[in-house]
Amino acid sequence: MNPRRTLATAGRVLTQIRHDPRTIVLLLVVPSLLIGLVAWIFADTPVFDRIGPAMIALFPFIVMFLVTSITTLRERRTGTLERLLSMPLGKGDFILGYTLAFGLLAVIQSAVAVGYAVWVCGLTIAGSVWLLLAVAVADAVLGTTFGLLASAFARTEFQVVQFMPALVFPQILLGGIFLPREQLPETLRIISDWLPLSHAIDALQAVASDSQDAAYIGGELLIIGAWIVGAVVLGSITLRRRTP
Amino acid sequence: MSLVSEPAVFVKDLHARRGRNPVLHGLSLTVPRGLVVGLIGPSGCGKTTLMRSIVGVQLVQSGEVTVLGRPAGSVSLRNRVGYVTQDASVYDDLTVRQNLKYFRAVLGAPASDVDRVIDATDLGRYAGQLAGSLSGGQRSRVSLAGALLGSPELLVLDEPTVGLDPVLRVELWELFHRLAAAGTSLLVSSHVMDEASRCDRLLLMRDGEILADDTPAGLLASTATDDVEAAFLSLIRRHPSPEDRSPGDAGPGVDGPTSTGGAR
Repeated sequence: MNPRRTLATAGRVLTQIRHDPRTIVLLLVVPSLLIGLVAWIFADTPVFDRIGPAMIALFPFIVMFLVTSITTLRERRTGTLERLLSMPLGKGDFILGYTLAFGLLAVIQSAVAVGYAVWVCGLTIAGSVWLLLAVAVADAVLGTTFGLLASAFARTEFQVVQFMPALVFPQILLGGIFLPREQLPETLRIISDWLPLSHAIDALQAVASDSQDAAYIGGELLIIGAWIVGAVVLGSITLRRRTP
Repeated sequence: MSLVSEPAVFVKDLHARRGRNPVLHGLSLTVPRGLVVGLIGPSGCGKTTLMRSIVGVQLVQSGEVTVLGRPAGSVSLRNRVGYVTQDASVYDDLTVRQNLKYFRAVLGAPASDVDRVIDATDLGRYAGQLAGSLSGGQRSRVSLAGALLGSPELLVLDEPTVGLDPVLRVELWELFHRLAAAGTSLLVSSHVMDEASRCDRLLLMRDGEILADDTPAGLLASTATDDVEAAFLSLIRRHPSPEDRSPGDAGPGVDGPTSTGGAR
């Protein structure tokens, strides 16, 4: 691993995206539009204030998962990954370079989504908006690293798109949006305790209602961070220089 | 430091599968330094698998592959060996220059190298264009330019001249010889027989085996033919049919290249 090569890789990924303005617009606008739609659906009810924070966790997570998994799969399939691995690029340089580049996009995307939810959709945030943003960013980076990992197990674009429902939907269903996690059957509640998206949603709801102190939010951020590190490490291990 | 007298590539009894198919069955060969060596054979004969083994990205079953005095795939070889895959491996959504700047940064080559390789591959006019907007031949030249960065000691080029304009093809072969004259070793694969005459030495390959390892003139002399295509046919007739060999089993007689008289 070498910081110069990691940064060169991150810069290269960002330059690629810069050549694709439509993707940038979709990345930045789609989560906000969906949050706006949810707010509109529940306009005459108090529901949006309860599930709004979860929406901030959900859409950036899904979008970053898809974008990252497809981009890295494309790199595997066009031969550029093989070329890079025959060069002095560390596997960690590759994975971290992607994480940095998409992490930066995730920061911007989350900032737009949080800003839109709070100032346009009128989401009530009793706690600190900055803390809300921090959790949202961690959550989007989590989506990025999951996408990197998923691309290692997919051979085609069709397969990688199927990983989205397989890896992401159970986390959404068990994350407490449909039914508060305390009310889930015991086994499912225990499983949901281990899923990173549950912690992201818990943390966002806690900030929104200001029901917990900063130490609790920090603890939740640590759990999400552990999942991010785990996915990066596992992603590096699954990257093989020699292939059959 | 490795000794200059060592060959650029030394392969002994190499067995490898591509996917699930056994492709190389006990192949051995030597690529001397400072020459343009042509790896000539039909599509599907194992040229790419052999080249991937030399570069160190192929999982091999058994055998020895030594490159510039070190086991293939060693960390220290990664900026001493340049590799061009058959399909241009470049980023379509970057310009030619951005592609090369990134590869240069990964290799740690001097910044001036980008302009040098753009000139060497005659890509100056396209430097600011997205690689995806170029023709197939132009894209493969970008891929080749990437391999020239950092002046590697060994260049492994998988069909670098496919689909190129004849004038450009001649220019590239001239470039290969200039590089060889400056001390670079080149292994260039092709399925086009008429490119064989442009090489210093030839490795004729068929069904995962080296049928001949000789100079073009030596090959024609030993087979009493007047072009490489005819020489190839004559060697195939002389060689036992591959159907006699059970898959995955390297029987006696396939443990080395059949010398056709050229000095090794």
